[in-house]
Amino acid sequence: MQPTMTDIWVYLAQTPLLWLTATLLVYYLADLAYQRVGQWPLANPVLLSVVLLVVFLTVTGTPYQRYFDGAQFVHFLLGPTTVALALPLWRYAGRLRRMLLPLSGALLIGSLTSILSVVAIGRLMGVSEVTLRSLAPKSVTTPIAMGISEQIGGLPSLTAVLVIVTGIIGAVIAQELFDRLRVNDQAARGLAIGVASHGIGTARALQMHAEAGAFAGLAMGLNGALTALLAPILVRLLGL
Amino acid sequence: MVRGLTVLLICQLIGEVTAKALDLPMPGPVLGMLLLFGILLWRGAPNWLNQVAQELLRVLPLLFVPAGVGIMNHAQLMRAEWLAIAVTLLVSTVITMIVTAGALLLLLRLTAGRKASRNATNYD
Repeated sequence: MQPTMTDIWVYLAQTPLLWLTATLLVYYLADLAYQRVGQWPLANPVLLSVVLLVVFLTVTGTPYQRYFDGAQFVHFLLGPTTVALALPLWRYAGRLRRMLLPLSGALLIGSLTSILSVVAIGRLMGVSEVTLRSLAPKSVTTPIAMGISEQIGGLPSLTAVLVIVTGIIGAVIAQELFDRLRVNDQAARGLAIGVASHGIGTARALQMHAEAGAFAGLAMGLNGALTALLAPILVRLLGL
Repeated sequence: MVRGLTVLLICQLIGEVTAKALDLPMPGPVLGMLLLFGILLWRGAPNWLNQVAQELLRVLPLLFVPAGVGIMNHAQLMRAEWLAIAVTLLVSTVITMIVTAGALLLLLRLTAGRKASRNATNYD
């Protein structure tokens, strides 16, 4: 008997090949669309790809785990690529050395601002206490954020979502925000993007300028460690 | 390419092992980045490493897509509060970016001013 379309789909949907290919194809098309619309911020390729894939998986009733079986090969490259951020950073090592003190100060201020502002605004908006705790580490890279969230009584899986949304928000608004405020120093742009919106922001910063990307990568790494130290203390001080 | 990728993976591996062994609040790849940065300061960056790094960094946004799609699993966690959460995240991200960039520019100006006045007194 000739296999039907459904049989072929059932077979393909089980293999890593389909979802790996889908991830690359959707991203390729999203990036193409982004370039077509003159890099309009809301057409950010990460945002577009995530939305399209979530819709597609939902419509086809594919569980995330099966999707990830294929997409993990792309996901895996995050590790070595994070290490590779050392190269742009090295290229700006001279500037980094000259501004070590201001950089450390701004990093500390930024880290505090991120935690305090999200808790304060969340309270103002009336979100629940457990959500507030899950929000506190929203600016740092997912594995650190989930660890912090667990430690301070948040929901790690909610934190994972909040982190990704924060990263996408940062990637979408960064260029427009700094252009309007006339912040033209690439180190300042990069530092702010890395502190506020971790890796997804860093990826965007790299597209904006190599120097911004270099400082974003550094800021992402250091803010992760700093937030792990600061968030539990701040949450206690705020009486959460 | 094999050589470059191997170096990156070795740095990540050392980073992962160090983070686990010392229970550090940093992911292995971030430690690996700092380790490689140290090595580059010492030895410089060979061309073959630069090339692989550039290729990988160019597709960095793509690498976040699989994790990003993961929000479909937990999106219902924020269903009740999604609007409040979205506003909170947006406003906090804007504030954090402005304050961080502003703080750096201000501190740069302050330290530059101090250096300049120190130089001025040196010339007196």
